Amino acid sequence: MIALAVLKRLAMALATLAGVAVVVFLLLRVVPGDPISMMISPGASEADIAALRAHYGLDGGLLTQFGIWAASALRGDFGVSISLHRDVVQVLGERLPATLELAIAALEFAVVLGGFVAVVGAMARRTALESVIDAVNGLFLAVPDFVWALALVLTFGVLLPVLPLTGRLDPSVSSGMITPFYWAESLLRLRFDVFADLTQHLTMPVLSLGLPLAAVIARVLKGALNEAMAQDYILLARLKGMSKLRLVLQEALRNAIGPTLALTGVQFTFLIGGTVIVERIFAYPGIGNMAIDAVINRDLPLIQGLVLVFAVIFIAINIAVDLLVVLFNPKLRHG
Amino acid sequence: MTFTRRQTLALGASAFLTDLLFAQGGTARAAGKDTLTIAFNVNLPSFDPTTGPSSVNPTIQAIYRSIFDQYIGQKPDLSFQPGLLTAWGWNDDKTKVWMDVRKDVKWHDGSPFTPEDIVFSLQRAGKMDGGNPVAFIWAGVNNFKIDGSRITGDVVQFDPSFFKWMAFLTGYVLPKAYYEKVGAEGFEKKPIGTGPYMVDEYSGNAFLRLKANPNYWGGKPPFQTVIFKFVPDATTRVAEIESGSSDVTLEVPFEEYDRLITKKGLAGVATPISDIGMIFITNKDVMLDKNVRLAAVHAIDKKSIVSRLLHGYGVPIDTLEAPEYEAYDPSIKTPYDPAKAVELLKASGYSTEKPAKFTIQTTRGFKPKDYEMIQAIVGMWRKVGIEAEIEVYEIAKHFELRTTHKLAPAAFYNWGNAIGDPSTSTGHAMFSKSPHSAWKSDDLDAKIGPLWGEKDEKKRIEGWKAADKYIAEQGYVIPLLQYVQPVVYKSELKVTPNVSGALQPTLISGS
Repeated sequence: MIALAVLKRLAMALATLAGVAVVVFLLLRVVPGDPISMMISPGASEADIAALRAHYGLDGGLLTQFGIWAASALRGDFGVSISLHRDVVQVLGERLPATLELAIAALEFAVVLGGFVAVVGAMARRTALESVIDAVNGLFLAVPDFVWALALVLTFGVLLPVLPLTGRLDPSVSSGMITPFYWAESLLRLRFDVFADLTQHLTMPVLSLGLPLAAVIARVLKGALNEAMAQDYILLARLKGMSKLRLVLQEALRNAIGPTLALTGVQFTFLIGGTVIVERIFAYPGIGNMAIDAVINRDLPLIQGLVLVFAVIFIAINIAVDLLVVLFNPKLRHG
Repeated sequence: MTFTRRQTLALGASAFLTDLLFAQGGTARAAGKDTLTIAFNVNLPSFDPTTGPSSVNPTIQAIYRSIFDQYIGQKPDLSFQPGLLTAWGWNDDKTKVWMDVRKDVKWHDGSPFTPEDIVFSLQRAGKMDGGNPVAFIWAGVNNFKIDGSRITGDVVQFDPSFFKWMAFLTGYVLPKAYYEKVGAEGFEKKPIGTGPYMVDEYSGNAFLRLKANPNYWGGKPPFQTVIFKFVPDATTRVAEIESGSSDVTLEVPFEEYDRLITKKGLAGVATPISDIGMIFITNKDVMLDKNVRLAAVHAIDKKSIVSRLLHGYGVPIDTLEAPEYEAYDPSIKTPYDPAKAVELLKASGYSTEKPAKFTIQTTRGFKPKDYEMIQAIVGMWRKVGIEAEIEVYEIAKHFELRTTHKLAPAAFYNWGNAIGDPSTSTGHAMFSKSPHSAWKSDDLDAKIGPLWGEKDEKKRIEGWKAADKYIAEQGYVIPLLQYVQPVVYKSELKVTPNVSGALQPTLISGS
């Protein structure tokens, strides 16, 4: 049953990806901003412009261009970046891990913090502490990731300069990492010096992305916990003498986690989108930062590759969340 | 004293976290005296200084000039000096060029630099389908011959600025043997040049670490290590310099510049660079009326714009030639005269009640206060009888509209000319055959056209001055100001400002 559902989702995902590819390809060629016109020299003649256009494979008609691109893409060849002069797949392979490490670290942070606040809030129901938690949480909900980023830059970069401001690693040292997954590799190879440096560099970007998500998780989970705590089976457990903490963690949390998980999945896709601006502010070398340069330079092959990567991530998150929700909900699992 | 298992675990975790947060002294401070860390405002997309969009980005030349050498060098005041060519010139009738190549130069991999490298680089750059955006310049000379350390070539299309371009965009020498061996992709992975610094480590969108070239023909570079941190966000660049994480930064907002240079331990320099702000006029709609064009010119108070919007950091200009350019003529003036503007508009039947209407396009945030400047100008125009509607566009759209001659009647832009030659400013911006001109008319072409092939240098420069005067009299373009580049640095350093705008590490030293 689940296997069939997964297969259906995968088929839909492929169709979605194909649709995204077509739409992005067409959109990029329709919106103003021709990459060639940005490179034309002042004294270039019509022939020079045509030669430059041909050099970058932008000389054919729209259908011809799409045909060539689609055929290459099906072979796993997304072309050569106009601005980076490098194979798009190779560049994405180098940069994507940095973004994934950042996003996953931010998600982990948000789940832990948001979960903790929700549990404390649920336990402190109808007390002054709950009001304080709600007020602070409301503030965190209202502040977007890029504002957090700027505030953190000023706070921990300038006023209390305890954290590095930019990059993924200190540029004065060589990491010696073999894979692009530096964080995981440094831990596996017990390179704690590199791990510590990576963690320092990740701290502010993770806080920027994680704090708004933590606030969302805290609010939704706390609401779900409060709802669960009003159920009869909780009342019965309480009458049996179960402590409040055990009630929340062992009984209510199990039922409250479903809706929180679904929403966290959706919010995680927003978090991935937020990496674009946060990576820019912290000069973090992920695909988000690269995406801005690609758009500025109208680097069509790179933009197409980036959008497809983002689309794959979003689809994968949605599938994963759907599966997890089924896993956590017996009704769905057996129905 | 004894510890429980839980206490021991807690202590261990605390120690680990402390180490994590405060390892290496807490924060990534700019390294020691032998290392220079620059918080740079743009990313380096590619190491090939001769193809693609980055090759024509003036800011990135600071990095390219660190790794590679140009055929001809350029001093910070834009004057030229020997580079990999020690001497150069034309024959008498300017049908041939000759170039003397520097001896005893080595590539970063230790292999010898030869005249073949020069010829290879020129021929590669001149291929029209090779991706060099200024291939038309390099294609103007071919049939190179090498005799010892002298190279000669035949002039196919005379361009008086040919040698000047050798110190400008894409005028870099690449290693023939190495490039042919590793190819374009291999060169991107491990680039080598003959420049003062060698690539040590590169992390795209994060940093570039260079180390001094011990064999550099120009002498020992001032720093053993140079780190370019790519920090496109201005707020973060301010934080980088303010926190001491970087030694130098540039292009910070002027208000921040004023604040930072008063801080202990920081200093700054803000000097005019070879980049100007201007409004393109397109020959359409009301702009076909000379009175409207001239009224638009005379209604703008450039001094106020510079003093109020740019904190005084800018130089008002009257032609497309900045004071450092060869054809600069201080006698050409387009003064602020709102009464004259009203009079001109009245002569064409326009007034504040019945204004001349057109659209003005501008970027927003691409250059300092660009949108605010246009807002102020539109306000000045309104007072004399011009009603302009502002349309904001991205810079990519500007390029597309300009090359297809579809710009609005007025369009704000900036124009760089780091070789100071009038053909690269007035010429390409105003000649109708140029894909970058907006005003296209036969009368102006008649004045500019003959100057392209003029072989008498004095006559050529005088010709460009005359063209500039004519343009000012006709109001074919609205020159606004020469930009000033703010550079903030640690006060123990000495920074020599570069009029080209390229913040080269070789122009920075310990004081």
